Amino acid sequence: MIFFRKTYIIFYVAFSCFLITSCAKDGEDTPKDEGYEPTPLSLEIPPIFQERISPPVIPQDNPQTAEGVALGKKLFFDPILSGDNTLACAGCHAPAEGFSDSRQFSPGIDGIEGNRNSMPLFNLAWNYQENFFWDGRASSLENQALQPVVDPVEMHNTWPNAVSSLQATSDYPELFSKAFGTSNIDSTLVSKAIAQFIRTLISSNSRFDQYLRGEIELTESERNGLQVFEDENRGDCFHCHGDPNNPLWTDNDFHNNGLDKVFEDLGRGGVTGDPREFGEFKTPSLRNLAYTAPYMHDGRFETLEEVIDHYSEGLVYSETIDPLMKTVGEGGVQLTEKDKQDLKAFLLSLSDESFINDPDFQKP
Amino acid sequence: MKKIVLLFAITATLFACKDVDEDEVVTTNYNMTFNFTQNWDGEEITNPDYQTTVYTNANGEELTISKLDYLISNITFTDEDGEKTVIEGYNIMNARDGVNTQYSPSRKIPEGEYTVSFTFGFDDEDNIDGAYPELNSNPWSWGVPEMLGGGYHFMRLEGMFADNTGTQTPYLYHAIRAATVIGENPETEDTSFETELGTVTISQDTTIEIKMNVAEWFKNPNEWDLKELNSNLMMNAEAQRMISANGKSVFSLGTVE
Repeated sequence: MIFFRKTYIIFYVAFSCFLITSCAKDGEDTPKDEGYEPTPLSLEIPPIFQERISPPVIPQDNPQTAEGVALGKKLFFDPILSGDNTLACAGCHAPAEGFSDSRQFSPGIDGIEGNRNSMPLFNLAWNYQENFFWDGRASSLENQALQPVVDPVEMHNTWPNAVSSLQATSDYPELFSKAFGTSNIDSTLVSKAIAQFIRTLISSNSRFDQYLRGEIELTESERNGLQVFEDENRGDCFHCHGDPNNPLWTDNDFHNNGLDKVFEDLGRGGVTGDPREFGEFKTPSLRNLAYTAPYMHDGRFETLEEVIDHYSEGLVYSETIDPLMKTVGEGGVQLTEKDKQDLKAFLLSLSDESFINDPDFQKP
Repeated sequence: MKKIVLLFAITATLFACKDVDEDEVVTTNYNMTFNFTQNWDGEEITNPDYQTTVYTNANGEELTISKLDYLISNITFTDEDGEKTVIEGYNIMNARDGVNTQYSPSRKIPEGEYTVSFTFGFDDEDNIDGAYPELNSNPWSWGVPEMLGGGYHFMRLEGMFADNTGTQTPYLYHAIRAATVIGENPETEDTSFETELGTVTISQDTTIEIKMNVAEWFKNPNEWDLKELNSNLMMNAEAQRMISANGKSVFSLGTVE
């Protein structure tokens, strides 16, 4: 009898544990509609990308869906995420400006400016190293999307506040439910939706892309500009920005490109703490330069001429300078006026008007 | 074109035959791991050494290393009868950050005694412009411009050295296939090379260390003068020939276990 009782107790306990476990599981799933699946939406990978480079990075736990992308787009253009309801992501990442900001520094909701130029947003699903921002401090697009909302010089909000604002609206809970199967909004889901939208921002129809597809011819100036770009004795730009086989036009790596003798901003080194990386910043893509002025991490150059002059005559030595700035001793690669103009013409052939005007990317 | 197709068909048939033969022979195959290490005349180079440790090359120049990325391909095991087992494919690595410095190809090697060799870089057959998506884009930036004949880098060894006046000056010791004519119709000369490491006995899963003595790039047979040859070496076919010659004594077999 005692034996049975003991057995009974053991069974009882085991069964209770099972119930509790299953309850806990149910608890997690409760807000989700059983069996609901949002509509899968594969990224439209341009043939040039498909042929030439590795597939895009899409996290297993955040697949692209039609509902997720639509929600991410709405969030991107909605000032609701900011502390005082005045500033959307798009406020500093304007489609017409290559999802960048034509102002050197973008003022946040309190009118305070940061110390870096807003980064353009396109082709980011192909950043295989998955480090975002000029200093690479975010380890995924999802992680990146979390930061501006709470940055005191940007949207200056708190996540609990942003989430309760969204939860209190008439439409967002339903949209989250459609995108993620739960109307229970949290910061993770917000960041997932925004990241899904950002991954759809693909630029692949510049004049140069059209040339690669055999649709147009380059001008003589653009052709010579490409030669300057690829010529070690002239521009030697390709070691960081790639060549026609790399439609991203960046190595997504960090370099000290000889801007300053002394660093006010430690860049990558400020994140890693490694003095060997002080003054290093992410190589930006050369796509869409026609829309993304000013240039460099701190937007110090207003024009492409100034950028080219920097590499031609303006290099400054500092201890962590990248050896690729090989002519630092002479101040730069010393391009002729003609080569400078042609290089600029080539660079502008990488700008993609259909990207900035794409109806899918405009404010809803 | 037809000839190429025919050649391909014959090669495919030969390979197919080989596969069948292999199936009939009952031998155990073992997993190989290649562990790439780097040293300066025996002194191991590890992450903290980059940009900080000063080395002196054969020509007496003091230098530091910022970057050391390189690519090897087609590791080959040749048995006593001269039969070759080739591990087709390449391994590209970033020595500073230890990316891909352990290479474990899926191809297994049967029990036996072999001479191990590999190709530094890509030989002409494999050095096909744009053919490797992984190498075309970040993080490797491995492409060689079309005006130099296209294809890929073999190595990017970069850093700073002190010139005559003691000024810190960049050097970019980049190895590629030599471009003998540069421009719209480039011509090239294959400066990749095979390097033989020595003999190993395979009787279990084995890790083979492949050592690179970085100092050798500057030493033998060409004593390298960084003051003369520090950058734009991709445009310099003679420099590529010298790099290729010096490379032949760079690699050696380390521990085998």
